[in-house]
Amino acid sequence: MALKFPIFMDSHSTTPVDPRVLEAMLPYFTEKFGHPGSRNHPFGWEAEAAADKAREQVARLIGARDPKEVVFTSGGTEAINLAIKGVAEMYREKGTHIVTLAIEQRAGLDVCKRLERQGFQATYIPVGPDGLVDVEEIRKAITDKTILISVMFANNEIGTIQPVAEIGKLAKEKGIIFHTDATQAVGKIPVDVETMGIDLLSTTAHMIYGPKGVGALYVRRKNPRVRIAPILDGGGHERGMRSGTVPVPLVVGFGKAAEICGTVLAEEGARLRALRDKLQDKILSSLDEAYLNGHPEKRLPHNLNISFAYVEGESVLMGLNKEVALASGSACTSATLEPSYVIAALGVGSELAHSSIRFGLHRFTTEEEVEYVGDRTVQVVTRLREMSPLYELAKEGVDIKSIQWKAS
Amino acid sequence: MAYSDKVIDHYNNPRNVGSFPKEAPGVGTGLVGAPECGDVMKLQIKVNVDTGLIEDARFKTFGCGSAIASSSLATEWLKGKSVDEAAKIKNTDIVNELKLPPVKIHCSVLAEDAIKAALADYRDKWGKKEAAAGAAAS
Repeated sequence: MALKFPIFMDSHSTTPVDPRVLEAMLPYFTEKFGHPGSRNHPFGWEAEAAADKAREQVARLIGARDPKEVVFTSGGTEAINLAIKGVAEMYREKGTHIVTLAIEQRAGLDVCKRLERQGFQATYIPVGPDGLVDVEEIRKAITDKTILISVMFANNEIGTIQPVAEIGKLAKEKGIIFHTDATQAVGKIPVDVETMGIDLLSTTAHMIYGPKGVGALYVRRKNPRVRIAPILDGGGHERGMRSGTVPVPLVVGFGKAAEICGTVLAEEGARLRALRDKLQDKILSSLDEAYLNGHPEKRLPHNLNISFAYVEGESVLMGLNKEVALASGSACTSATLEPSYVIAALGVGSELAHSSIRFGLHRFTTEEEVEYVGDRTVQVVTRLREMSPLYELAKEGVDIKSIQWKAS
Repeated sequence: MAYSDKVIDHYNNPRNVGSFPKEAPGVGTGLVGAPECGDVMKLQIKVNVDTGLIEDARFKTFGCGSAIASSSLATEWLKGKSVDEAAKIKNTDIVNELKLPPVKIHCSVLAEDAIKAALADYRDKWGKKEAAAGAAAS
């Protein structure tokens, strides 16, 4: 099969909508356009039924017993905001301390920082060189003021999967609410809020081949019943937790996407893992000093993150960007002009953070694409190393860390 | 971010990539930047000690496409200039030529630093001999 360019391999940023998802959505724009809150006519009933079905589909994918536990939001960021701020406001009398990870996604970190400015305390637990948190570190951080443990399910850069069930157990033991940002994990690996002891879970549709602009927060109703204060005031939709008209076409798409993921999850995961391993082997066997970031096994099957010593990430992307869409932890590719705090948190040194490249495979990735991307990556890195003063120094046997660098 | 055609051209066809032996006659080497900042440039000039003109230049850069382009352009501009003329190359000249956006201005600053460092190293190593040669001739 002929390759089509550019090849999309940035599936931790978003995924394409599955055609079956789009097909399910379309009638809800024009024919079935009712407001699910309209209780007195068929347009409303039809819309409400569609939203409820979607709620069930999402609930099933994450193992929620009751579809009412699924609260639709505008996406992952809003779900994370609602979870953390909602708990902080609701349980402020009980305590003001939150335990989270240093490598949480931006939304999680920034909400905690805002809460700190408002008188809360947050502990940002570091991770090991493989990106995994030590659950004992979480245990040690808990105080009698801790009201929330918020730990991401799988990291968006390195794909490392945290010991969520263990953390859920700890949270239960201590009587603390446990939130997980599962935007990268849901639909890709098994997620079960019941067996894993999750009280709040954030997810988003566009990571699972659904539309952008819709996500959900799972809010446990039993054992324990979790209460959250809403961020938006208004008509009291979504059981009062998220006012605002439910975007029926989007939630229908989300539901369909969740249903498909539930059906194909195991098979798709195995296929992508095999392709990912092939890509990884190709790159690591062809280049010296290319380092895998994250845990070698406990990671998302479609994730690959590699640091190529002596070359800068943006320059690698630039060599490929007409052909392949990838991401880098380099400062030059970030809005903050800082290198990836996730890679830096692994303790590898910030020069390797600048050199990191993230590959994200997805449902429509083909073997030919993987072969092409592997070959081209090796070529581009090799070319850039030929013009890298650091590679030259290293080949001369100079220890780069021994040089007194003068940053301009 | 979209790159200018000139940045893309220098990235795809970098001019004067390579190295001179550091101790070769008339060679001045500048090594600036820091790996943890994501930019390191090595820029070298080879000066004809008799004429005082830069005969050749080389670079190697660890950095983004704009950093590679800035140093590649610098080596082009250095060739044929006298050491004094070379010292007048400003980072703003590089910004204008490559149409660098504000977030990439530091790449041009680093290139100017690399030029200055190479010139200083040249003067340090060979300037005295040049002056001595001049004194002997008069």
